[in-house]
Amino acid sequence: MTAFTMGAVAYDPKVVTIWNGFRSWFVASGLPFDYVLYSNYERQVEDLIAGRIDAAWNSPLAWVRARRLAEAQGLTIRALTMRDTDRDLATAIVTRADSDIASVEELRGRTVATGAVDSPQATLLPLDHLRRHGLHPGTDFTVRRFDVGVGLHGDHIGGERDAARALIAGEVDAACILDGNHLLFTKEGVLPSGSTRLLTTTGRYDHCTMTVTGSADPDRTARFGELLRSMSYADPAVRPLLDLEGLTSWEDGRTDRYRMLEAAVTAAGFYDAAGTVTAAEYQP
Amino acid sequence: MNLDLAGLAFDTGGRLLIQKVLAGLPPGSTVTVTGRDPFLTLHLRAWCRSAGHGTTAQDDGAVEVVKGRPDADRWAHAERAGEPGAVARRPPGHWGLAARGALLETGGPEPAYELADRDIVWADLAPRLYAHAAAAQWDPATAVPWDAPFTLPADIEAAIVQIMTYLVENEQAALVIPARLLTRIHPHFREVLGLLAVQAADEARHVDVFTRRALHTGGRMGSSSAGGRASLASLLAEPDFTLASFLLSVLGEGTFVHLLTFLERHAPDPVTRAVTRLARADEARHVAFGVAHLEHQSASDPTMLGRLRGAIERRHDMLIDTAGLNQDVFDALLLLAAGSWTPPALHRGHLAVRQLQADMDTGRRRHLSRLGFPDDEAAELSALHTRNFM
Repeated sequence: MTAFTMGAVAYDPKVVTIWNGFRSWFVASGLPFDYVLYSNYERQVEDLIAGRIDAAWNSPLAWVRARRLAEAQGLTIRALTMRDTDRDLATAIVTRADSDIASVEELRGRTVATGAVDSPQATLLPLDHLRRHGLHPGTDFTVRRFDVGVGLHGDHIGGERDAARALIAGEVDAACILDGNHLLFTKEGVLPSGSTRLLTTTGRYDHCTMTVTGSADPDRTARFGELLRSMSYADPAVRPLLDLEGLTSWEDGRTDRYRMLEAAVTAAGFYDAAGTVTAAEYQP
Repeated sequence: MNLDLAGLAFDTGGRLLIQKVLAGLPPGSTVTVTGRDPFLTLHLRAWCRSAGHGTTAQDDGAVEVVKGRPDADRWAHAERAGEPGAVARRPPGHWGLAARGALLETGGPEPAYELADRDIVWADLAPRLYAHAAAAQWDPATAVPWDAPFTLPADIEAAIVQIMTYLVENEQAALVIPARLLTRIHPHFREVLGLLAVQAADEARHVDVFTRRALHTGGRMGSSSAGGRASLASLLAEPDFTLASFLLSVLGEGTFVHLLTFLERHAPDPVTRAVTRLARADEARHVAFGVAHLEHQSASDPTMLGRLRGAIERRHDMLIDTAGLNQDVFDALLLLAAGSWTPPALHRGHLAVRQLQADMDTGRRRHLSRLGFPDDEAAELSALHTRNFM
C-alpha cells in the first residue's frame, strides 16, 4: 500500500526536521505517511490538482490557486485542517514616527515598501487594502517591492525585514508588515520601539491550510485529519515539532477568511479565474 | 478581570504584565486588556495567537484575552531532577545537564552517560574536596617568585631543566585523563565533575609553571624517553573510571607527591622550590579524592580489589619491555640531591634517591593497605608499579 503523501514547500531547512518527525509519528499511529518537498508553491499546487500527492500544506495564496484550478476542472477541494496560529492575522501599514504622513490618504504620491511579489500578508493583501481606500498601486503611489524568496508566498521573512529596514533608512515612506512580524522586528531592533506609527490595518484573514482534493482516498484523508487534530501540546513527542512548526493545536480548516485574498488576487491579476498564473514579474 | 496598561506599549513591558496576570489564572479565564498605545491591539493579538491564547477585539478598543492551555500542557507531566541536597543512585539520562532539583519539562534529549551509577563515580568526600580545591587555587603569576635573582652551575641548571621536562609530560597525561573522564559522567554528580575539572585545571597550571621554570634561564627543553611516554600511554589506555582513577591518582600521583617533596627539599633556587611546593599541595588533593572514591566503592563491590590488582599487573606486563625511568631524569635527581660533583656529594645524592624510592614504595603500600590489601600483597603490588613513577 502506498503511503498517504503530503507536499510541503521547503522554505527553511527546519521543514525537513518537522515533517520527518511528524512522519514517524503518523507511521507509529498506524497511518502509512510520507511527504515530498517542493521548491515553490506553484508546482506543489499543480501536483495536488494532478493527483500526484494526496494533500498539500498550502499557503493561503496556494489555497486560492488550488481552489480555482480545482473548480475549473470540476474537482472537489477542501481545507482539511489549519494551525491555531493561522487564524485571524492582520497586516499593518506603518510609517516612521517622525513622518509628515498623518493618514492613509496622504500616501498618495509616496513610496510604499512591500514584501515579495507573491506574499499575501506583506504585498497582495495590504496593497488591496490601499486600493479599497482609493489608492491604486503604481498609479497613486509607488510600490517598492522586496523580492526575497519568490515562489515561497511570503513564507520567507526576509522581504518584510528588508522593507522595514528601508523604512527606517528613509528610503520609503511606509511599509507593509504582518502583525506578528512587526512585534518581532521591534524585539530584533529592526524597528525600535516607538520608531513607527500605525497608519492602517487590514481586516483579519487566515493563513496556511492543509488542502485535500476528492481524488485522495477518503478514509485515509479522514484519518490524516483526525491524527493531526489529535496532536496534543501536552505530548512531549510532538511538542518540539509543534513548536518548530509554530502552532499549539491543529484546528478544522475554514475558508471564509480567504475572501479578502481572493479579491486581492483578482484585483492584482495574480491568477485568473481558472487558476492560471497571470502575474507579471512573477517567476517562482 | 481587567488590566489597564495605560500608556505602556506591549513591547516595552506590557507583555510582561499581561503574562504575569495570565500566569495566575487557570486555562479558560478571561482578562480584558485596555491601554492607549496605538500598537497595543495589533501586538497583543499577534502574541496571543502564537502563545495559544484566544482574543476578541471589543468595540471600545479593549481586547478580551482567553487564556489557552499550552502553558499548562507544557508543564503537565514535568518532574524534578532529584533534590538539590541529595545524590540519586542512578539518575536517568534525560535529566541530562539540568541542575539537580530543577523542574524538567518532559521531552528533550536522552543522552546516555556511561558513568551514571553513584556507586561507581561518587565519593562522600567529593563536595568537601571540591570546596577545598576551589579555595586553594593559586595564580602562577604571583605565587611564584619569577623575579628572584639566582645563578646556578650549568650542570645543576641542566638537571633542573631535565626534571622539569619530565614533569611536564607527566602532567600532560594527568590533565588529559580527568578531562576525558568527566565527559563520561552524568552531570547529576556535579561535585565529582567539578573536582575533575579543577584537577585538570591544576595540571594545566603545573604544565605551565614547569615549562616556564625549564625555560627560565634561556636554555632549551630536556629529553623525553620512549619508555616514559610508553608508561604514560598505558595510563591513558585504561578505559575503566575506577581503574584509571586508581592508577593515576592513587599510585601515580601518590608517588609524585613524594617526588615533588624531594624536589622542593633539594631545590637549588627559589623558583624551583615554589613550583614544586605548589604542585605538591594540588597533587595531595587529587590523591585524597582517588582514595576516598575507591574506599566508597570497595564498600559496595567485593570484586574491586581483584580488579585493582589485575590493573596493576596488566600495566606491568605492558611495560615490562620498556626502559622505565628516563636515565637522564634519574641522573638529574641524583645530581640535584648531591649538589656538586665531589665523590662524597654524589654518594649522598645516591642515598637520597634511594630514600626517595623507599618513601614512594612506603606511600603506595600505605594507600593499598587502606583500600583493603593485606600487607604482603600491598608490598608485592607496589613493587610492580611503573618505574617511571607516574
